[in-house]
Amino acid sequence: MENRIDIEKLSVRIKEKNLLREVSLHVKTGETHILMGPNGSGKTTLARAILGDKRYTVTEGRIEFNGADMLKLKPHERARMGIFVSFQEPVTLQGVNTLSFLKASYESINSTKVTMSEFKNIVGKNLQRIGLPESVNERYVNEGFSGGEKKKFELLQLLLLKPKIAILDEIDTGLDLDSMKVLSNAVNEMLPETGFLIITHNDRILKHIKPTLVHVMKEGSITRSGGLELVEEIEKGGYKIG
Amino acid sequence: MGKLEIKADRYDFKEDIDYKMRFPNGLSEKTIKNLSDIKGEPNWMKEFRLNAYRFFSRRPMPSWIDGLDQLNLDDISYFALASEKKSTSWDEVPQKIKDTYDKLGIPEAEKKALGGVEAMFDSTVVYNNVREELKKEGIIFCDTDSAVKDYPELVKKYFGKVVSPNDNKFAALNSALWSGGSFIYVPKGVKVKLPLQAYFRINAANLGQFERTLIIADEGADVTYIEGCSATTYSKESLHAAVVEIIAMKGAHVKYITIQSWVCDVFSVSSKRAFAYENAYVEWIDANVGAKLTAKYPSVYMLEPGAKANILSIAFADKDQHQDAGAKAVHLAPATSSVIRSKSICLNGGRTTYRGLVKIPRGSRDSSTSVTCDALIFDDYSRTDTYPYMEISEESADVSHEASVGKIGDDQRLYMESRGIPENEGINMIVLGFVGEFVKELPLEFALEFNRLIKINMENAVG
Repeated sequence: MENRIDIEKLSVRIKEKNLLREVSLHVKTGETHILMGPNGSGKTTLARAILGDKRYTVTEGRIEFNGADMLKLKPHERARMGIFVSFQEPVTLQGVNTLSFLKASYESINSTKVTMSEFKNIVGKNLQRIGLPESVNERYVNEGFSGGEKKKFELLQLLLLKPKIAILDEIDTGLDLDSMKVLSNAVNEMLPETGFLIITHNDRILKHIKPTLVHVMKEGSITRSGGLELVEEIEKGGYKIG
Repeated sequence: MGKLEIKADRYDFKEDIDYKMRFPNGLSEKTIKNLSDIKGEPNWMKEFRLNAYRFFSRRPMPSWIDGLDQLNLDDISYFALASEKKSTSWDEVPQKIKDTYDKLGIPEAEKKALGGVEAMFDSTVVYNNVREELKKEGIIFCDTDSAVKDYPELVKKYFGKVVSPNDNKFAALNSALWSGGSFIYVPKGVKVKLPLQAYFRINAANLGQFERTLIIADEGADVTYIEGCSATTYSKESLHAAVVEIIAMKGAHVKYITIQSWVCDVFSVSSKRAFAYENAYVEWIDANVGAKLTAKYPSVYMLEPGAKANILSIAFADKDQHQDAGAKAVHLAPATSSVIRSKSICLNGGRTTYRGLVKIPRGSRDSSTSVTCDALIFDDYSRTDTYPYMEISEESADVSHEASVGKIGDDQRLYMESRGIPENEGINMIVLGFVGEFVKELPLEFALEFNRLIKINMENAVG
């Protein structure tokens, strides 16, 4: 089944500050969109608005999932529909065991119950693939994780939750070369079932992923959309383009 | 996590009891004499009470506990008799009182996991029973009133020796007015495999409940005692002032677990202290949920070499609640060690205070202490304070202290929500994770009950 997220002329504000102005973006199953842009241009704001962070106020425009309005839904309801938004800086949950956390998340999103031993199996395979040790299961969520481990843990959740639409906010920052490969393999493997919006600063990820479109965001607006040639332009001239 | 069925009224319900007797509000020497006469006590106990009362009358209210000034001792009745009889079978307990304990799940827990149970309803013990096999080993577990009559030698020897009636104003108040509570004696070398439990319930309004507990673990003995407390929201402005004394003789182990879940209006001011002799090990595992004000600092005095203390406390303060809790470890001999861990949660303007004292005087060589205080705070208008006093004058002492304050921020809630976990469930996971260390110390049945208690309180608080 094809799924799609449609962002239509979205304007977003935090307190009195306008962060996004009339942003439109459409992502559907099988597509990979790359969103680039300088720091503070509004990329993370867009991710947060899709996630439903109530600190960000949508002043205009729509976000629709398969034609249905998403804006009134709570973050966990959006997640249950199949929207996954990774965190640029994953949060530490002191005292919350990783495995219990992953299981609660997995069960909620799939509306199912699994036994702990079944679930350990599911997680185990993915841990191996990502290159995280089994001992992660005994730790608390993101507590004492290195920058790279935190990103791998986000990647683990992407693999486990198999979202319909995935917004990956700088998931590649801090990942080593091997993990980058795992990430791009995962994206390519999931593509038949998933649409991706990948926010990045880094063209390394484009070695193994073919973007459907590359978008450049500046000062809260998408200024250009195009093919890989945009990335080359940025490499040469920075974000002066557009 | 399995889904637990949560009923907010699990603890908060009231039975309309036809009280056999209720003292008029207020306190005088006559109140003490009356109480002693009703109980038909020996003279020495009556004198003990009266002396304590005189000390109480002379002492000012402790001013260092915030909120205690709101307690009006003239508005309290000091004795309420719901049943004249103490039964050894639940079938003989008056129906309405039995209903209370059924709702609290006590008879059920007794069948499954307990060696003996005592149930105190307002001022008196209404039920007490101990498994036959425990009795055969010489274990005594009864209410303290009966102990005065049946085991006068033991009581006379130890009663009031760990917590003197002159120790503090509320210890004096309890010494003057005590009624009910548990008396436990475990003979030499006997290990009690199943925990013993007492449950203290306040049903009446404006009542003073003065539980008095004395636990004696003889050489090499081992016992776990669980104290549950609750009240209804109808029992407004009530006071629970307990004195608990523990004697752990050479090589003995006593684990004392409290799960206190008072409703908003109860003042809970207790003196809990243990003497630990050579190589004895005393543990206080203390959970304080609810109450308008709790002031409680379980103490262990390590009197002989090798004695050990483990004091773990959890405090949960919601709106209009202040948990002033902590611990005291006094190292009076060489090679003694103490571990103090405090965990507190406050939200909706609730307040938690950790107050601790560790003393290692010169001469208590090679002793060690470790103090950890962790607070979890939900919002900007709740408050947590830490007062970890250390008086260490022995150079060889190994001392460590850590404190942390964590905040459940928007980012944490959002992170969990973004992975499909609803906000309430996410907060529950964080809170249950935070108190996990405490729950691990509980027998299984009580671990479940405690988790349920936390969930109920979180549901009520976060909505």
